[in-house]
Amino acid sequence: MKHVWVIAKRELSSYFTSPVAYVFLVIFLLLAGFFTFTAGAFFERGEASLGAFFSWHPWLYLVLVPAVGMRLWAEERRSGTIELLLTMPIAPWQAILGKFLASWLFLAVALVLTFPVVITVNVLGSPDNGMIVAGYIGSFLLAGAYLALSCLTSALTRNQVVAFILSVVACLFLILAGFTPVTDLLSRWASANFVDAVAAFSVITHFDGFQKGVIDSRDLVFFLSVMAFSLFATSVVLRNR
Amino acid sequence: MIKIENLVKTFGAKRAVDGLSFNVERGEVVGFLGPNGSGKSTTMRMVTGYYTPTSGRVTVGGHDVVEAPLEAKRLIGYLPENAAAYSDMTVRGFLEFAAEMRGLSGEAKKKAVARAVDRCFLDSVLHQSVDTLSKGYRHRTCLAQALIHEPEVLILDEPTDGLDPNQKHEIRNLIREIGKTKAVIFSTHILEEVDAACSRAIIIDRGRIVAQGTPDELGRPLDEVFRKITLPDTVKR
Repeated sequence: MKHVWVIAKRELSSYFTSPVAYVFLVIFLLLAGFFTFTAGAFFERGEASLGAFFSWHPWLYLVLVPAVGMRLWAEERRSGTIELLLTMPIAPWQAILGKFLASWLFLAVALVLTFPVVITVNVLGSPDNGMIVAGYIGSFLLAGAYLALSCLTSALTRNQVVAFILSVVACLFLILAGFTPVTDLLSRWASANFVDAVAAFSVITHFDGFQKGVIDSRDLVFFLSVMAFSLFATSVVLRNR
Repeated sequence: MIKIENLVKTFGAKRAVDGLSFNVERGEVVGFLGPNGSGKSTTMRMVTGYYTPTSGRVTVGGHDVVEAPLEAKRLIGYLPENAAAYSDMTVRGFLEFAAEMRGLSGEAKKKAVARAVDRCFLDSVLHQSVDTLSKGYRHRTCLAQALIHEPEVLILDEPTDGLDPNQKHEIRNLIREIGKTKAVIFSTHILEEVDAACSRAIIIDRGRIVAQGTPDELGRPLDEVFRKITLPDTVKR
């Protein structure tokens, strides 16, 4: 575990020594604010909840999380440092986990910095804070699932642009799998069971519960297994480089 | 210290390394020579555990690199081709990272970093970030990383590539010094380096050993010997 932390520490500090971290945080907070207050009609809703805030997260993360994850392995491959890293006396999973945890922690920092919306809604009314906590947990898991997928696409290529696009497409699939127009289209030629199976992969359905304040073990298992599977696939890709 | 038996690595239809066998003992500096694309880097990557051999076996200090990678890697210090280093870190930060990855902490880490900095003459650039370094300093930073845990085995892939004559001289002296007590393999295509730093040379071409021995045994002038036994890459294969 010590090595995982050493790698995570290095990765995290590299976010903050480059402009990546600051650009990301500012854009993330601006967009989150815009979606919540303008597009999400926070004030017009007249309810003391963060529904307007959380419901945009799957779309917001769609672009921003791959931007964080795209460099994880692609950059190591391009600069050749992957050769240093993987010839150190560590198991590959330690490097994969360390890098993943660092970026996830970074996304957690971004999420924590949205605290003013929590204060706002508490000043204006008396919201169900348990529901807000559940929403944050769900959002954090959602970010982790996207990030693990980005980690995988990043391991596939040394080109960060390719990694980014592949990862956006993969995440988009996770959103659209449960999107009504897509399920309708699928049901034209596939059996109902197949359509249900595809829809079960959608992050929207699994994220919904958290927004309503329900932490369902099935949703937890879904997000954690997307992460575990993606990180495992990353290790397979790296082994066969 | 290093035992290589019948090592083969294929990439698709290409046999990059084709049945190499040799040993390197403690106190030896082996110069690994060959034209570009002859399989030098591929061999070194298999010794350090970065590539998995298609067939054959590599053991370092008695540990099989494939079966007991952690034990083998602990003994190795490695300077990869082009001296890769994390460009967003400072020299000090990078060396501390390398030390921590080698399990050093606290006082031991400080001492290891100070010793490596001293050995590779990095004092003046300690707080500079790696991407602002000149090529010579960048090479030495990466070399310092390879030396940080006083490894028993040193694998150096073109350690003098792109350096000016003074820097080359320093690095060669350093390699010769280290080679008195450790097992060192370094690759190069500069033949004068063999005379300057090696106790033995192995010449490979297209993945196979074509000659080996002390510089004297190989015959002189070295570059004529080299040209006679290896094929230029302009020759159709």
